[in-house]
This record gives sequence, structure tokens and C-alpha cells, in this order.
Amino acid sequence: MYGRYLRRELAGRKKQTMIVAIGLAIAIGLVIVVNALTAGVRDAQAQALESVYGVGTDLTVTGAAAEPGEGGGPRFEFDADAGETDGDTTTLAQSTLRTDFLRGTLDASVLDTVAETDGVSAATGALSLTNSTFSGEVPSGGFGGQDGDSGSAPDAGQAPPEGGGAGGGAFGIDSFTVLGIDPGAAAIGPLASAEIEGGRGFEADDSGQLVALVDSTYATSEEIAVGDTIDVAGSDVEVVGILASTSGTADTAADVYLPLDTAQELAGVEDVVSTVYVQADSASSIDDVQAALAEALPDATVSSQSDLAATVSGSLSSATSLITNLGSWLSIIVLAVAVLLSVLLTLSGVGRRTREFGTLKAIGWSNGRVVRQVAGESMVQGLIGGAAGLVLGLAGILLINVLRPTVAAGASAAGQGAPGGMGAGPTGGGGPMLQATQAADIVLQAPLTPWVLVAAAGLAVLGGLVAGAFGGWRAARLSPAEALRSVA
Amino acid sequence: MSGTAAHPYTSQKENDMTMADLAPAGPDSAQPDPLYRASGVTRTYTQKGRIVKALTGVDLEILPGEFVTIQGPTGGGKSTLLQLLGALDTPTDGSLMLDGRELSSASPAELGRIRAQEIGFVFQGFNLIPTLTASENVDMALEPLGLGVAERRSRVAAALVHVGLEDRGDHRPAELSGGQQQRVAIARAIVKRPRVLLADEPTGNLDEGMRDGILDLLEELCAEGITMIVVTHDSAVARRATRRFRLTKGVVQDITR
Repeated sequence: MYGRYLRRELAGRKKQTMIVAIGLAIAIGLVIVVNALTAGVRDAQAQALESVYGVGTDLTVTGAAAEPGEGGGPRFEFDADAGETDGDTTTLAQSTLRTDFLRGTLDASVLDTVAETDGVSAATGALSLTNSTFSGEVPSGGFGGQDGDSGSAPDAGQAPPEGGGAGGGAFGIDSFTVLGIDPGAAAIGPLASAEIEGGRGFEADDSGQLVALVDSTYATSEEIAVGDTIDVAGSDVEVVGILASTSGTADTAADVYLPLDTAQELAGVEDVVSTVYVQADSASSIDDVQAALAEALPDATVSSQSDLAATVSGSLSSATSLITNLGSWLSIIVLAVAVLLSVLLTLSGVGRRTREFGTLKAIGWSNGRVVRQVAGESMVQGLIGGAAGLVLGLAGILLINVLRPTVAAGASAAGQGAPGGMGAGPTGGGGPMLQATQAADIVLQAPLTPWVLVAAAGLAVLGGLVAGAFGGWRAARLSPAEALRSVA
Repeated sequence: MSGTAAHPYTSQKENDMTMADLAPAGPDSAQPDPLYRASGVTRTYTQKGRIVKALTGVDLEILPGEFVTIQGPTGGGKSTLLQLLGALDTPTDGSLMLDGRELSSASPAELGRIRAQEIGFVFQGFNLIPTLTASENVDMALEPLGLGVAERRSRVAAALVHVGLEDRGDHRPAELSGGQQQRVAIARAIVKRPRVLLADEPTGNLDEGMRDGILDLLEELCAEGITMIVVTHDSAVARRATRRFRLTKGVVQDITR
């Protein structure tokens, strides 16, 4: 009889049932979509980070940021008789390989310190570099220099122009990012999230050899194939393989990869690395390892995945902010309004049914039985809303996954990317400030997890319980005599 | 009994068909114990800061199987007395006993049990649940008794037969006439097999033909042993009673003669 009475009452008050169910459905649907999007954004962040740091990296150790004025951008120096002079113009070409002038390097011994730290299961070092190539023609008397015996690139700290001319000359500066990596370490580090698309990967005996792997996007844009040679710091380096990101939507961490010692030698920097990639032996030990490394390496910056997530920039950063702030608050507000509406309508329903509950109490129904009836009706309304909300939420998730919106994500390999992102891609002629900054369009997906189902059911039950508790409380307080007297 | 010295069953009655007439006479005759015994029952309310005395020192006794009517002007305390007799409310002062049990000090749960098992209510407005069928409305009174499905079904069917609505069990209240709705309400009241049936203006919303039908039914139930206590303005109802009380300004008076 309980179920039949409940069903008849809900069916008899379709309007109220629909209003409560729709309110809860919208709220629950919104919560599901927002939570799925949050998970999607988190995945996108991880994807953006993996393209730079590789899969399995828990911590990174990087050198401290350089003070303003230290170091400098690419600098080209030419002797007075450099190049080939033809009449009034001299043809010049020079290639340099330099470390990131904004970031200090670490001595290679840091890698040993890291590897010996308790809780570290694997560590590998990488050296971030930028190869800049000057090529073009300048007036025989030099360009701009009063002494006429040398020319230089723009001042340090300024991005060099894509091309230019001075005094009737014409020149261009091309650059690409280079990452020196340990040829024997593929399980951790940037190559952990890359796969060989053509040719081969590095082998242990590639150390010290003039061999390179090239990012597939860069290779396509520069028409580089396996077996070709590329100019790195004036040396001809053979391309032995083409790399692509395993994510399929992002590029790899750099344009060109060299064996670490080859990169150090070509750059003229011995036994230094830019970043040490660290894998902890368990997720629970990451904090301890981070603290131990920070203590052992006071001059270095030790970053965890959560620190790294903050370096993700671009529209992904905006999406994260939008979803976590606006989306979450909107969900909470809509849910609160829906529950409040449910409570008010339940209270109003109890008020309208005063005579009915008075009669039931008069014929012997206990308070508990009346409360169970009211609470049961509210609970069913909540569950109807939950089911409808689940359908709405799943439809929203399906829509997002069908539309596949893309968000631009940027992440700095040094772990210090500036919020807001830098728009240039790795294949553009970015200057030193863009060194090792990875930008990619990532497809935003809203994954469906069992948690979504649990959340929908939980919120529906919660909404029903809250409304039922208030309605039941009011029904229980009704004195049968007063209830019958009030409607007499 | 307030206002009269006569015992309910020794008073001179106008109605020839009374329980008192049927009771054996003489000094050796066994007087049944009263079903209700009220002594100095007072009920006051606080209304808008003022204390309102709905009942003042009511004394009365009602024997099992009596057909009693309570008449009086509006606001005289009729419904309040009915609610006290129906264990819906408790006196502010005085003693009210049902079959030897003190109602004035009973817990709400005990009052609920008494209502569920021993008292049937019939209201002027029928008070049927509009979303339920006649059968389901009747069945609602069995919900607190914890009976099995078969027993409930059997009792509901018997109650509907008793009130002559065996073919209307599937109808909702809106599909029934006023008289039929009141019959459903009576079926709901008797399905639990109560000792007493309390009716508040049971014919107030009915035309003359329907009224007589309902009164015949109430008389029939009373003849079967159910004590009938009816609040009414209708003298046609009062004429069927074995005893009549009048409540004026909270004071009860036996006006049977």
C-alpha cells in the first residue's frame, strides 16, 4: 500500500513532481558535466605536461632562474674576412647552439645526487638548447657597427627578428629547439611519451655521435627525412629517426634531439644539464623525495606534477580556470536552488495536505508512518530528478565528446612557463624566450567515470533526503486535532 | 453527568428502540461498565493570547452499544468533545477513561494505537484521499494494524459490501456521489472493526435521500454492537439516537427526554 499511495500521490501532483525533478535534473546534469570537464581538463593538462616531461615523471629538478642581465640571446661574431665578398656585399652564415639564457644549468653531478636520494627509482638528465642560424648578405663594410669589423645580433633578451636587412643587406635568423638526452634512458624523460615514426631511436652507442632524432611536425615543415643531415652549431648531424608524440595531438618536447654528450660538446658546455627528470618509487613518496631533493640541492628548483600543472598555459589554462571557478560555483548554486525548491515545494505540499495527514493520524497512522510517506515521496522525486539529471549529464558529455573542442596548451620544459602562454609553436622561429616552450592544440574530452554515476545517485538521494526531512518534520509536527480543526 | 442526575440507562427515553429498553431490568440486572467515563473534563486553548474554554467540567458516561448524538450551537465545544473521545486530543484537566484506560495521561503513541484499533472516524467532508480508489481508501485504515495482504483484502471487500459499494471499489472519490463517498468513509471507519464510531456531521453535506441512507447504515452498525457517537445539527439524526446531549458554551446537558 505504501508504494501504491506514494505512486498515486506523485502521479496526482504531476506539476510539483515535474518541477522538483526538472530542477534537480538540471543541477545534477550540470554537476556531472562540470565534473567530467574538470577530469577532461586534468587529462589535457597531463597530456600537455607529458609531451614535455614524458610519462612517469614525478618531479623535475631545474637550475635557478638567471638574473636579468646575465647571459644573452644568440650572438653571432664574424671576423673581418668572414664570408664571401662579392662587390659591395658579403655573404655570411653561422650557426650557434646555446643554452637557455633565462635559466641556469646544473652540473651533471646533480644527476648522481638525485639518483642516490632515497625514494628515487629513476632519474635522467636533459639539456635544453636553441640552435640559431644566421644567414644572409650584409654590406661589405658591416651592418651598423661603427668599427666595421664585426656585427652582432640584437641585444640580449630580445627576440631576434625573423629576417631583416641593414644598409642594403638581407639576412635571416632561423632557430630550432634542441634537447640533449641520455640515449640509454627512454623509460623516463621527454622520450617516454614519444614514439619512433620513422628510422630508429637512440641506442647506447650513439653517445658522442653526430646523430639526431627530429620531431615529426618539425621534420614535415622543414622537409627533413631519415638519412638527411641538419646543421647544428656548424656541424652536420645525421637524422636517424623521426619522433612523434604518443598523444597524437601534441608535439614532442623539442624540434631536434641529440645524445646528451654530443649536445654538450656542440654547445661548448661540458657536463651540465638543464633538467633532471625524476621518478619516485611510489606515489606516496613523492612529497618526501621532493623535500629531500630540495634539501640536497638548495640552489635548484624541484617541481612536482602539481607544480608543473601550474605551468600549463594557453586557453587550456583559461578553460581550467573557467571550469573550476565558474563551473563549480554554478553547479553549487543550481544544486542549492534545486534543493531549496524541492524543500519549499515539499513543505507547501504538506501544508496543502494538512487535512489528509490529519485524517491519516485520526485513523491511527503514527507520526513515523506519515513521515516515511512524505520522505518517500521526496526521495522518489529526487531519484526521478537524479535519473533525468544523469541522462542530461550523459547527453552533455556525449555532446562534448562529439564536438571535440580543442584548447591551446603551452608548457615550459623548464617548468617555469609564464602564465598566459606564448603563442609560438615549436617549429616557428621563436627566439630564446621560447626555448623549450611546448604549445599544442589538445582535444578536450569529458571522460565518463563510475564516479559520475555515484555522484548523480548521491546528489539525488541527498536532495530527496533534505526535502523529505523538512517535509517529514512539518508533517510530524501536525497535531491531528489541530489538523482537522484547521480545515473544518 | 453534567446538568442531569439521571443515569444514562435509567433515564426516560423518547425512543422505544434503545439499548436501555433492551437491558434486563430489576435490582439484579448487571449494569455494563461504561465505555467512556468523563469526570470534570476541561479543555482550554490559547487563541491570540486569550484563553478560550472549549469544555468546562464535563461529566458523562457512555455505555457500549449506545447511539449518542451531541448537539449544540456552533462554537459550543461539540467537535472538541468528539476529538477528546476520539483520542485525537487530551483534556487540559479532568479524567477521561476509555474502557478503563485513562486517555488524559496516555502517550501520543498509545493514543495512536487506540485510534488505530478501537476508534473509527467519519467526517462531514468525507476526508477521502482523492488519488486513491474506494478500496484503497478503506485499506488505509488497516495500514497500522500490520495485517497480511489476504486478510486486508478480505476485510476491505467485506466493508464495501457492508456499505453497499461492492461494485465501486475501483472508483476514485471524484467518481462517486456524496452519499457514496460517505459510505466509503464509513467503510474505512468500520474495516478495522472498532468498538466506537465517531461521526462529525456525517450527513451535513448530503441531501435528504442520501442522509436517510447513511443514518440507516449507522443504525445498523450500532445494532451490530458498535457504539455510535455523532455530532450533528440535524434533528433527523438526533431522533435516531438512544441518548442526546447538548453542549452549550462548553457545558454538557442530557436532553434525551
